[in-house]
Amino acid sequence: MSLRVFIPCDAAARAVGADRVATTLGEEARKQGLAIDIVRTGSRGLFWLEPMIEVATEGGRIAFGPIAVKDVLGLLAGQQPFSPAHPLCLGRPENIPFLKRQTRVTFARCGIIDPLSLADYRAHGGFCGLERAKSLGAAATIDEVVKSGLRGRGGAGFPTGIKWKTVADTPADRKYIVCNADEGDSGTYADRMIMEGDPFLLIEGMVIAGFAVGATKGYVYIRSEYPDAVRTMERAIVLAEAEGLLGREAGFDMEVRVGAGAYVCGEETSLLESLEGKRGQVRAKPPLPAHKGLFGKPTVINNLISLATVPAILADGAQRYADLGLGRSRGTMPIQLAGNVKYGGLFEAAFGLTLGEIVEDIGGGTKNGRPVRAVQVGGPLGAYFPRALFNTPFDYEAFAALDGLIGHGGVVVFDDRVDMAHQARFALEFCAIESCGKCTPCRLGSVRGTETMDKIMRGERTEANLALIADLCQTLKFGSLCALGGFTPYPVMSAIKHFPEDFNRPRLHAAAE
Amino acid sequence: MGLARVAVWDETEASLIIGRHAGREGPLLPVLHDLQMTFGCIPPAAVRLVSEALNLTRAEVHGVVSFYHDFREQPAGRHVLKLCRAEACQSMDGEDLARRILDRFGVDWGDTTPDGRVTVEATYCLGLCACAPSAMLDGEPMARLTPQSIDEIAREVDQ
Repeated sequence: MSLRVFIPCDAAARAVGADRVATTLGEEARKQGLAIDIVRTGSRGLFWLEPMIEVATEGGRIAFGPIAVKDVLGLLAGQQPFSPAHPLCLGRPENIPFLKRQTRVTFARCGIIDPLSLADYRAHGGFCGLERAKSLGAAATIDEVVKSGLRGRGGAGFPTGIKWKTVADTPADRKYIVCNADEGDSGTYADRMIMEGDPFLLIEGMVIAGFAVGATKGYVYIRSEYPDAVRTMERAIVLAEAEGLLGREAGFDMEVRVGAGAYVCGEETSLLESLEGKRGQVRAKPPLPAHKGLFGKPTVINNLISLATVPAILADGAQRYADLGLGRSRGTMPIQLAGNVKYGGLFEAAFGLTLGEIVEDIGGGTKNGRPVRAVQVGGPLGAYFPRALFNTPFDYEAFAALDGLIGHGGVVVFDDRVDMAHQARFALEFCAIESCGKCTPCRLGSVRGTETMDKIMRGERTEANLALIADLCQTLKFGSLCALGGFTPYPVMSAIKHFPEDFNRPRLHAAAE
Repeated sequence: MGLARVAVWDETEASLIIGRHAGREGPLLPVLHDLQMTFGCIPPAAVRLVSEALNLTRAEVHGVVSFYHDFREQPAGRHVLKLCRAEACQSMDGEDLARRILDRFGVDWGDTTPDGRVTVEATYCLGLCACAPSAMLDGEPMARLTPQSIDEIAREVDQ
């Protein structure tokens, strides 16, 4: 019997050499007459250990990592290939503390199965959620989602079940399910991991949503920066169609649409415009997409993680999910540790861990060993937190109370060399680059804000210019239709508030470039 | 993806590409992506052709082409290198590395080398943020970049 070896095909694992490791391993094994069967999986999300490969043994899988091409010969050498005595052996992956401490609900299968094997998907509990939804009926399915307490994982935190109920209650000849997979926030990669590692999970979630609200068509809008995810998702849809899980018989069609590099299309109304073939400009609300969404029809538009969490909620019951979490933040959140962090990776856990636990205990501090100075939570529109706020619990309300947001769950760690004036300037510059242009405060204010930050960094009339920035941020916050203009003040003002010393020293203009 | 092989503008071929999307809802973005994949950019002639085929004004099509960062009005170099400039990569000294790469090729953001070898572009997040700094060369992801990676990138680009 041949030895089964699992190697991730996740884009981040490929980016650090997983393909070369797989090719070399295959070639060397053939040379040595060793029968091995290489299965490409998603990633477990322990990125500092990638490429992490796993070998099936009688006692379960054994992991090795990080594996470079030069390590392959050593893995195959000796009496026993893939010996547990190898210095890069990590033991059972489930026992690695980073994984052991997690509560994997949405990511239960990711990194374990062959993403494009429906047999694997079924063998690991796939389609149990859909079966239960069918047995409950549409209305009771929506009730389950409401009862679970699931809220929008894109960041806005709107209750998913309420959104579904609104669409279900709106009569129309055609309704849509749209998955927002325009994961543009720096520090986030959860959507990408699901699409590359467990695409049938998203298909199941969207089929359930379609069944619950009476929609017949689903679109997955994926950013163009994710070519691997686009490929895997498209293949998964073809495989699901071949088995009649999608298509005429199933009463639900799905299609992948690829974005074109506009960050603002992660905003739901701008995404709908883009899907319709227009400039990705934000729409005023109301009407809500649930009433008049894609092509003017009632539309459920949900973040990928929200949709991908529905199958588990249905399969195990709403109560089980609602039992996890804190306050009004129920269930789990895939926290994505990124940037200058020792143990960077995806950590799915119930809401309520403190920011300090996430950064220090789980993330292990910075990668280069320097002190952590600032942490940006929730992407480019999220606030910067100093160590003094590390006792903040990770949930929607606690972060909102501090003029921040958890967003899509990205946590980017910076060491003590970070220049917070530079980061505040970048937030404004990013807003200027990505503004859709509809609202004046965002379109022009972001440019003026960047120029004003340049003056502050040159030491020109610092106090007056900081007052100008504060005033401008008020205008952005209250005068913009969407979160791009509305939330850009969060990183800017948090940097000024928590790190004032960085705004009070002149520096060479070159530092701003 | 791999190295882009770009065809010269051909109206018949372009019409065939547009025709493949007939009957789709909101076909403009998929049409533009396919045209750019074949011809390397969206030339003015394409804007006219697409507007006629989809019953849109040329202004509407031009508005879409110019709105999205991905669509080009001129073809890129033979290789396209996208360097991530977002926060996670910034925290890992990505800006310093990017500056060295730009200097190595003697270009600024968005430029193509005079010999047409490579276009270097900024991107804001490739979703490889736990392995920063990261880049994408001709659609292939690269991460945990170091100053040594610059030579590797230059070798790939020279091929």
